Amino acid sequence: MTYNSIVLVKQVPDTANISGDVMKPDGTVNRAKLPAIFNPEDKVALELALQVKDQYGGKVTAVTMGPPKAAELLKECLYMGADDVILVTDRQFAGADTLATSYVLSKVIDKIGNYDMIFAGRQAIDGDTAQVGPQTAEKLKLPQITYTEKILELNDDSIKVQRLIDGGCEVLVSKLPVLLTVVKEASVPRPFRAKRVMAYKNFIPQQLTTEDLDVDLERCGLPGSPTKVHKIESVVLSAGDHVSIEPTKEGLGLLIDTLMNDHIFG
Amino acid sequence: MPNFFTDNKDIVFQLENMDLEYISELIEDNYKDADKFDYAPGDYSEAKDNYKKVLEIIGDLAGNIIAPLAAEVDEEGAHFKDGVVTYAKGTQEAMKRLSQADMMGFTLPRKYGGLNMPMTIYTMSIEMVSRADASLMNLYGLQDIGETINKFANDEQKDEFLPQFSAGKATGAMVLTEPDAGSDLQAVNLKAYQDEDGNWKLNGVKRFITNGSGDILLVLARSEPGTIDGRGLSMFVCYGDDTVIVRRIENKLGIHGSPTCELQFNDTPCQLIGQRKLGLIKYVMDLMNGARLGVSAQAMGISQAAYEEALSYAKAREQFGKAIIEIPAVQNLLIDMRTTLESNRSLLYATARAVDLRDKLIERIEHLKADGKPAIEEMALQKKYNRIAALLTPMCKFILTESANEITYDSLQIHGGTGYMKEFNVERLARDARITNIYEGTSQLQVVAAIGGVVNDLYSEMFDEYESKNYEGQIADLVNHLKEIRSIYKKCLSFVQEKNDKTFKDAASKDLVEMYSYLITGYLLIDEAGKENRKIHIAKRYILRSLAACKQNSEAISLEIYSDLQNADEIIDI
Repeated sequence: MTYNSIVLVKQVPDTANISGDVMKPDGTVNRAKLPAIFNPEDKVALELALQVKDQYGGKVTAVTMGPPKAAELLKECLYMGADDVILVTDRQFAGADTLATSYVLSKVIDKIGNYDMIFAGRQAIDGDTAQVGPQTAEKLKLPQITYTEKILELNDDSIKVQRLIDGGCEVLVSKLPVLLTVVKEASVPRPFRAKRVMAYKNFIPQQLTTEDLDVDLERCGLPGSPTKVHKIESVVLSAGDHVSIEPTKEGLGLLIDTLMNDHIFG
Repeated sequence: MPNFFTDNKDIVFQLENMDLEYISELIEDNYKDADKFDYAPGDYSEAKDNYKKVLEIIGDLAGNIIAPLAAEVDEEGAHFKDGVVTYAKGTQEAMKRLSQADMMGFTLPRKYGGLNMPMTIYTMSIEMVSRADASLMNLYGLQDIGETINKFANDEQKDEFLPQFSAGKATGAMVLTEPDAGSDLQAVNLKAYQDEDGNWKLNGVKRFITNGSGDILLVLARSEPGTIDGRGLSMFVCYGDDTVIVRRIENKLGIHGSPTCELQFNDTPCQLIGQRKLGLIKYVMDLMNGARLGVSAQAMGISQAAYEEALSYAKAREQFGKAIIEIPAVQNLLIDMRTTLESNRSLLYATARAVDLRDKLIERIEHLKADGKPAIEEMALQKKYNRIAALLTPMCKFILTESANEITYDSLQIHGGTGYMKEFNVERLARDARITNIYEGTSQLQVVAAIGGVVNDLYSEMFDEYESKNYEGQIADLVNHLKEIRSIYKKCLSFVQEKNDKTFKDAASKDLVEMYSYLITGYLLIDEAGKENRKIHIAKRYILRSLAACKQNSEAISLEIYSDLQNADEIIDI
């Protein structure tokens, strides 16, 4: 049995290597100074998809929605071993929040069809929302397993996955097809294959625009994005005392009261 | 996210300023593979871009995967239990990643799954791998074995063995040394014999075999019973199967990740490579020369790593109210180290280019002859580079491996007491460097191998050409210093030759080879100084330092310091 995978990938600013001139005097970000990289957890997601391919065969298709320069990211997917790549790009997709992004991605996935698994990184290092994977699954009416750290078993129509949770792990079984979001602990991405780098360095990926997709333009890009950023502020959270709460009704009541008093709930 | 290619301005400078066009044309045989393989270049600009891309990949692997594992590999070392050798975990991980990146058939032809890269680019990759983990080079750098099979084995053997290397499924070993045959390989005694059916088999013991537990072994053995010298030795290839017993692995000062094995062959089935009796004379010499270039690159990588450690420590460490890098004595050490690094790198890649030209011209000449075309020019050029490679390979190994010891020594010195502690990388680097001027021929043997070209003044015409050019400003001053070095070298050479004392000449060879290396490297740096202003500083420090050293070499000869070798028995109680 072979399995076909679709991997959702994103090019992100390299927030781990920020140099001094990234911030403009007016406090906004100078994007030109930020190197663009493969979102780390997306790269791990691609690695898991390639491992499935190595073991069982099948096809791995990487998809990204972004500006034309995101083609570079897709070439990197080919360098690692992806069979096919698709660049979803259109000015009308610009300014998309997670809702609009997952809408378009779900339409792209519908168009590709014939898949058993969809892989995505748990979250991107720029927005840190961790919403695109789950929202895409919801729109495709697919089961989803977030925080995937290991695929334990693959059968004809089901998958057993170990997911990372606080203080341990959880094992879940799902029907296929399924959408998995992957944490960085799952694997170390493989290096680029020299032969593939030389073969694909001038490759131009297939592009999909609004014209190629059955999309409602009102649900794409800025018009389709209800999220409005009101204000950005840097909040430094510091851990205070550790509080233990008993797993009883009274304990939970106490926890909720505390959270409400701190205005975290309510 | 350090990339050991892109973060090293000098290696990038070397690649950018290196003329590889002819080598590329030779190795690609006029870019014929472009129709057959999607990763083959169609012209030189594409080929050069490929070289850069491949170096970026190995630079990334070296900086981000291999280097972070090196300390653990050193601590854990290779294991030996119940006759089975296992690599340290970090070594296993690194080897897996190198295979995944297609790096294990670096120079092999594409039809065997290789990347068909020039030796020069491979040498750059060895430098980077060694900077990350010197011990890994002993596995990565054993690709020379595939290269030797490619050069001398028959097509069937190539089809059998080479794809295994390229796919990263097999590692190899050069099985040469025996308990009584180290530097003197003519004394090799391991027996090769043919059974009744004419099949070759091996019997005997080998010692100090790097990665002797590998899958494919190239073995030097005595195939001609009754002979006692190199002419009775042939080269064989065999699998490291059950008939090959690893008796022990050595407990070494450094390169802990690389298992050094003692092997016992028990009627091991093998195949003859090439012709009988040419084992040592032709094939091992070629294999060793390849390995010498590899070890030079290993020494280069260790030196670079030691320099980086020294520089970052000197910037961070404060004493007397300031960073120690501001102290002149420390600065002077760092400038010396940096000058050695860059001048050695120039020599290394000049050597690698000569090796490429020597080997690839042989292939071109064979092709031309097969097509019934004349190859007179190519044959003259091949002869020239054959001689240059024969001089530069041992000279480079001698200079670079001795330097690696000096640079790691100075780096440890800059660290002070801290550097003596296991927690700091320089301690490992100092231990790893120490083998480089011993294995694949000691420095003393490299001098013996290089002295012929030095005595024959092989570069004479090239030096004349350099001297006849017009130079300006500082470069003109530096060329004048090189002229002075050349005149001192000539005087010393005449002095030694007129003395006609073989013992004295042997002892003075080291001085003569060093003097000649100042000239060769000095002119390489003059070329570089013409390309980038900063390089003038490197050329200046190198050439002035060489002039001072040259005067010392010269004094040693003219004062006849070595004449006391005739009293050796009294002085050292023989």
